[in-house]
Amino acid sequence: MIRSELIEALAQENPELRPEEVEAVVTCFFDTIAERLASGGRVELRGFGAFSTRERAARTGRNPRTGETVEVPGKRVPYFKAGKDMRDRLNSD
Amino acid sequence: MRSVGTLTRADLADAVHHKVGLSRSDSLTMVESILRLMCDSMSDGENVKISGFGTFLLRDKGERIGRNPKTGVEVPITPRRVMTFRASQMLKDRVSGA
Repeated sequence: MIRSELIEALAQENPELRPEEVEAVVTCFFDTIAERLASGGRVELRGFGAFSTRERAARTGRNPRTGETVEVPGKRVPYFKAGKDMRDRLNSD
Repeated sequence: MRSVGTLTRADLADAVHHKVGLSRSDSLTMVESILRLMCDSMSDGENVKISGFGTFLLRDKGERIGRNPKTGVEVPITPRRVMTFRASQMLKDRVSGA
Protein backbone atom coordinates (compact mmCIF):
# COMPACT_ATOMS: atom_id res chain seq x y z
CA MET A 1 0.00 0.00 0.00
CA ILE A 2 1.28 3.44 -0.84
CA ARG A 3 0.28 6.85 0.49
CA SER A 4 -2.27 7.54 -2.27
CA GLU A 5 -3.92 4.16 -1.65
CA LEU A 6 -4.19 4.92 2.05
CA ILE A 7 -5.88 8.23 1.21
CA GLU A 8 -8.19 6.47 -1.23
CA ALA A 9 -9.22 3.85 1.37
CA LEU A 10 -9.87 6.57 3.98
CA ALA A 11 -11.90 8.59 1.51
CA GLN A 12 -14.09 5.56 0.76
CA GLU A 13 -14.73 4.96 4.45
CA ASN A 14 -15.54 8.66 5.00
CA PRO A 15 -17.67 9.83 2.06
CA GLU A 16 -18.80 12.86 4.12
CA LEU A 17 -15.27 14.32 3.93
CA ARG A 18 -13.92 16.24 0.97
CA PRO A 19 -10.89 14.65 -0.75
CA GLU A 20 -8.73 17.64 0.31
CA GLU A 21 -9.69 17.04 3.94
CA VAL A 22 -8.72 13.37 3.79
CA GLU A 23 -5.41 14.30 2.18
CA ALA A 24 -4.83 16.96 4.85
CA VAL A 25 -5.52 14.43 7.64
CA VAL A 26 -2.91 12.01 6.27
CA THR A 27 -0.38 14.81 5.77
CA CYS A 28 -1.00 16.07 9.30
CA PHE A 29 -0.68 12.55 10.76
CA PHE A 30 2.79 11.85 9.37
CA ASP A 31 3.97 15.42 9.68
CA THR A 32 3.12 15.54 13.38
CA ILE A 33 5.09 12.32 13.98
CA ALA A 34 8.07 13.64 11.99
CA GLU A 35 7.98 16.93 13.85
CA ARG A 36 8.09 15.22 17.23
CA LEU A 37 11.01 13.02 16.13
CA ALA A 38 12.83 16.08 14.78
CA SER A 39 12.59 17.70 18.21
CA GLY A 40 14.07 14.61 19.85
CA GLY A 41 10.79 13.22 21.18
CA ARG A 42 9.12 9.87 21.01
CA VAL A 43 5.83 8.72 19.49
CA GLU A 44 4.01 5.77 21.04
CA LEU A 45 1.07 4.23 19.22
CA ARG A 46 -0.20 1.31 21.31
CA GLY A 47 -0.83 -1.79 19.26
CA PHE A 48 1.06 -0.40 16.29
CA GLY A 49 4.52 0.53 17.49
CA ALA A 50 6.76 3.29 18.75
CA PHE A 51 8.93 5.81 16.92
CA SER A 52 12.01 7.23 18.57
CA THR A 53 15.43 8.47 17.56
CA ARG A 54 18.85 6.98 18.17
CA GLU A 55 22.28 8.51 18.27
CA ARG A 56 24.85 7.23 15.78
CA ALA A 57 28.43 7.75 16.89
CA ALA A 58 30.95 9.50 14.66
CA ARG A 59 33.12 7.03 12.75
CA THR A 60 35.93 6.89 10.27
CA GLY A 61 34.57 5.78 6.92
CA ARG A 62 36.24 5.04 3.65
CA ASN A 63 35.34 6.08 0.14
CA PRO A 64 34.96 2.68 -1.52
CA ARG A 65 36.06 4.06 -4.87
CA THR A 66 39.22 5.89 -3.88
CA GLY A 67 40.04 4.18 -0.59
CA GLU A 68 40.36 7.59 1.04
CA THR A 69 39.37 7.77 4.70
CA VAL A 70 36.70 10.28 5.67
CA GLU A 71 35.44 11.34 9.06
CA VAL A 72 31.71 10.65 9.24
CA PRO A 73 30.19 12.86 11.95
CA GLY A 74 27.77 11.46 14.52
CA LYS A 75 24.09 11.93 13.81
CA ARG A 76 20.59 11.23 15.05
CA VAL A 77 18.48 8.72 13.11
CA PRO A 78 14.79 7.72 13.22
CA TYR A 79 13.99 4.35 14.80
CA PHE A 80 10.80 2.26 14.89
CA LYS A 81 9.88 -0.74 16.97
CA ALA A 82 6.70 -2.65 16.16
CA GLY A 83 4.28 -3.09 19.05
CA LYS A 84 3.46 -6.48 20.54
CA ASP A 85 -0.04 -6.65 19.04
CA MET A 86 1.40 -5.83 15.62
CA ARG A 87 4.13 -8.48 15.95
CA ASP A 88 1.60 -11.09 17.08
CA ARG A 89 -0.77 -10.21 14.28
CA LEU A 90 1.92 -10.62 11.62
CA ASN A 91 2.50 -14.16 12.85
CA SER A 92 -1.03 -15.41 13.32
CA ASP A 93 -2.13 -17.63 10.47
CA MET B 1 18.67 18.59 22.16
CA ARG B 2 15.52 19.80 23.90
CA SER B 3 13.70 16.99 25.63
CA VAL B 4 10.01 16.61 24.82
CA GLY B 5 7.40 14.14 26.02
CA THR B 6 5.85 11.18 24.28
CA LEU B 7 3.31 11.79 21.56
CA THR B 8 0.25 9.53 21.54
CA ARG B 9 -2.89 8.89 19.50
CA ALA B 10 -4.67 11.61 21.44
CA ASP B 11 -2.01 14.17 20.47
CA LEU B 12 -2.24 13.13 16.82
CA ALA B 13 -6.02 13.51 16.98
CA ASP B 14 -5.53 16.93 18.55
CA ALA B 15 -3.21 17.98 15.72
CA VAL B 16 -5.77 16.83 13.14
CA HIS B 17 -8.52 18.69 15.01
CA HIS B 18 -6.54 21.94 14.99
CA LYS B 19 -4.92 21.78 11.55
CA VAL B 20 -7.72 20.19 9.52
CA GLY B 21 -10.69 21.41 11.54
CA LEU B 22 -12.52 18.11 12.03
CA SER B 23 -14.29 17.60 15.36
CA ARG B 24 -12.25 16.02 18.15
CA SER B 25 -14.08 12.72 17.92
CA ASP B 26 -13.89 12.58 14.11
CA SER B 27 -10.19 13.39 14.33
CA LEU B 28 -9.57 10.49 16.70
CA THR B 29 -11.57 8.19 14.45
CA MET B 30 -9.42 9.21 11.47
CA VAL B 31 -6.20 8.58 13.41
CA GLU B 32 -7.46 5.13 14.40
CA SER B 33 -8.51 4.45 10.80
CA ILE B 34 -5.07 5.31 9.42
CA LEU B 35 -3.43 2.92 11.89
CA ARG B 36 -5.98 0.19 11.22
CA LEU B 37 -5.59 0.45 7.43
CA MET B 38 -1.79 0.24 7.72
CA CYS B 39 -2.06 -2.73 10.12
CA ASP B 40 -4.54 -4.55 7.87
CA SER B 41 -2.36 -4.03 4.85
CA MET B 42 0.68 -5.43 6.62
CA SER B 43 -1.14 -8.41 8.06
CA ASP B 44 -2.17 -9.15 4.45
CA GLY B 45 1.56 -9.32 3.71
CA GLU B 46 1.86 -5.95 1.99
CA ASN B 47 4.57 -3.37 2.65
CA VAL B 48 3.35 0.15 3.39
CA LYS B 49 5.14 3.00 1.66
CA ILE B 50 4.47 6.58 2.70
CA SER B 51 6.37 8.96 0.45
CA GLY B 52 8.17 11.68 2.38
CA PHE B 53 8.01 9.63 5.58
CA GLY B 54 9.27 6.08 5.11
CA THR B 55 8.49 2.46 4.33
CA PHE B 56 7.24 -0.25 6.67
CA LEU B 57 8.82 -3.42 5.34
CA LEU B 58 7.97 -7.02 6.14
CA ARG B 59 10.80 -9.49 6.45
CA ASP B 60 10.52 -13.24 6.82
CA LYS B 61 13.11 -14.68 9.16
CA GLY B 62 14.04 -18.35 9.14
CA GLU B 63 14.42 -20.59 12.15
CA ARG B 64 17.59 -20.11 14.14
CA ILE B 65 19.05 -21.34 17.39
CA GLY B 66 18.89 -18.90 20.23
CA ARG B 67 20.17 -19.18 23.75
CA ASN B 68 18.61 -18.22 27.04
CA PRO B 69 21.18 -15.69 28.22
CA LYS B 70 20.51 -16.51 31.87
CA THR B 71 20.68 -20.30 31.76
CA GLY B 72 22.70 -20.85 28.57
CA VAL B 73 20.11 -23.37 27.36
CA GLU B 74 19.78 -23.47 23.56
CA VAL B 75 16.26 -23.04 22.23
CA PRO B 76 15.06 -22.93 18.63
CA ILE B 77 13.62 -19.56 17.57
CA THR B 78 10.70 -20.29 15.28
CA PRO B 79 10.48 -18.75 11.78
CA ARG B 80 8.59 -15.48 11.95
CA ARG B 81 7.61 -12.39 10.06
CA VAL B 82 8.88 -9.08 11.38
CA MET B 83 8.12 -5.48 10.50
CA THR B 84 10.93 -2.99 10.01
CA PHE B 85 10.87 0.71 9.21
CA ARG B 86 13.12 2.47 6.74
CA ALA B 87 12.89 6.22 7.12
CA SER B 88 12.82 8.25 3.91
CA GLN B 89 15.73 10.58 3.18
CA MET B 90 13.42 13.50 4.00
CA LEU B 91 12.66 12.16 7.48
CA LYS B 92 16.34 11.31 8.09
CA ASP B 93 17.30 14.86 7.17
CA ARG B 94 14.66 16.31 9.47
CA VAL B 95 15.75 14.17 12.41
CA SER B 96 19.48 14.74 11.94
CA GLY B 97 18.80 18.47 11.76
CA ALA B 98 20.45 18.75 8.33
